[in-house]
Amino acid sequence: MGIKKTVNSARSGWMGAGAPEGDIVVSSRIRIARNLHGYSFPHLLDREKAEQVIHAVQLALENGELVKQAGILEMNRMAELSPVERQILVEKHLISPNLLEEHEKKAVALRDDELVSIMVNEEDHLRIQCLLPGLQLEKAWEMADKIDDGLEKTLDYAFSSKYGYLTACPTNAGTGLRASVMLHLPGLVLVDQIRGVLASISKLGFTVRGLYGEGTEALGNLFQLSNQVTLGHSEEEIISSLNSITGQLLAREREARKALLQQRREQLADRVGRSYGTLMHAHMMSSEEAMRRISDVRLGVDLQMITGIAPEQLTELMVMTRPAYLLKQAQGDLSPAQRDNMRANIIRSKLNQR
Amino acid sequence: MLCEKCQERPATVHYTEIINNKQKKMHLCEVCAGQLQAEGFNFMPQMNLHNFLAGFWNQVPGTQNFAPHTRKEAGCPACGAPESLLAKKGLFGCGDCYKHFGDRLEPLMRRIHGSSTHTGKVPERAGGRARLLRKIETLRARLQDAVNREAFEEAAQLRDQIKELEKQL
Ligand SMILES: [Zn+2]
Ligand SMILES: [Zn+2]
Repeated sequence: MGIKKTVNSARSGWMGAGAPEGDIVVSSRIRIARNLHGYSFPHLLDREKAEQVIHAVQLALENGELVKQAGILEMNRMAELSPVERQILVEKHLISPNLLEEHEKKAVALRDDELVSIMVNEEDHLRIQCLLPGLQLEKAWEMADKIDDGLEKTLDYAFSSKYGYLTACPTNAGTGLRASVMLHLPGLVLVDQIRGVLASISKLGFTVRGLYGEGTEALGNLFQLSNQVTLGHSEEEIISSLNSITGQLLAREREARKALLQQRREQLADRVGRSYGTLMHAHMMSSEEAMRRISDVRLGVDLQMITGIAPEQLTELMVMTRPAYLLKQAQGDLSPAQRDNMRANIIRSKLNQR
Repeated sequence: MLCEKCQERPATVHYTEIINNKQKKMHLCEVCAGQLQAEGFNFMPQMNLHNFLAGFWNQVPGTQNFAPHTRKEAGCPACGAPESLLAKKGLFGCGDCYKHFGDRLEPLMRRIHGSSTHTGKVPERAGGRARLLRKIETLRARLQDAVNREAFEEAAQLRDQIKELEKQL
């Protein structure tokens, strides 16, 4: 039952309200890679072996001890979902696009609140993901760590004392940990400091990329910051350095916002107001425009230029206006013009209903 | 193919950038690619990590002197994956590949991670040996300390403990 609810709603547990540093940090994610001893890595598995892996993980998830610790995680084969439904899981950040390829070999176990998802037969046999609102990396790691312990009670992991958890790609070996934060950085973009700031971060062994869009353009001013190195540092060390870099970024973003308010207040208010007006009244809206306008309004909400909208409603709106979600709502094909119209309609009704 | 930036070293990193709907292909050596990456954050997303790794692997001593088709490939005994799989896809075939490719993995891991030894979490069941090794390591450090302090009785006790643990390995 669970997954049908998931693909029919844009809302997700990780969009929770009042999260720590929630004005800038949209979400925190911990993802750990694990593989089963005695099986080839997923890219070499045939369908039968792949199904054995899914089955083994499913059994491990039904273990009473684990259910007590981590809750019910329901296994869903990717093949049981329609292509649009699979894409919605990507749009909600619950699975990676890799799970769409060769989907007949893959599965995802989801918890009802969507804070925990376990991808099976992605690049590795298991990718355990915990996704929380705001800046909560330690808490997300605690959750993932417990689930990992629970799974290891019945699953034999591929592990070496030298290289740690063994992964298909050697860039993930060791801890198998990819910790990341999704950041909304409109201030740094507007004062034109973003490139310099991000370039200095990549020198520290961390990766930053635009969450949507290609190249330098980060659609919606959303950036994902994550660790690059997985071997030679403990999980706690990796998380604490990501935390401290995030802290520095937060300070820079707040400075930029303050400077904008002091030096270009009217221009900023104009920009926010125009975007708000457009979202409230437009009848045609491309995906790019929507992301850009929503980002402006979010900044306006953070700076208390606009009241009565919660930031998490805007995060939800970003998911609601993605292509697959629109297709699902339309229950059929949409021409590009119909899609832009439907997007604008959804935004209008969402913003006017409050 | 030579790196198009320095025209000196072989190009091992290939990536595609899309600027104004035009595709631009770049072929760089590892050094220039690293510089580019340090300069601009927008480089990483387009870079094909697996190609990057394949490039690394081909430069590990002992592998680059053989053309892939003439090299006699001894596959991994567990999964049968040949070495060329890593060189081509940047992926291992199974956990045992890490053992099979042994010594040559060490420099690769150092280049990717700046380290080649795991210091993080150790699983309860699969990590029995790793736990023991770590315990022995701590005891050895304490032993050295005891010897330095000329605390011979303590040192003797520690030596016994270490011997006991080593038997379990
Ligand atoms: Zn070069
Ligand atoms: Zn193998």
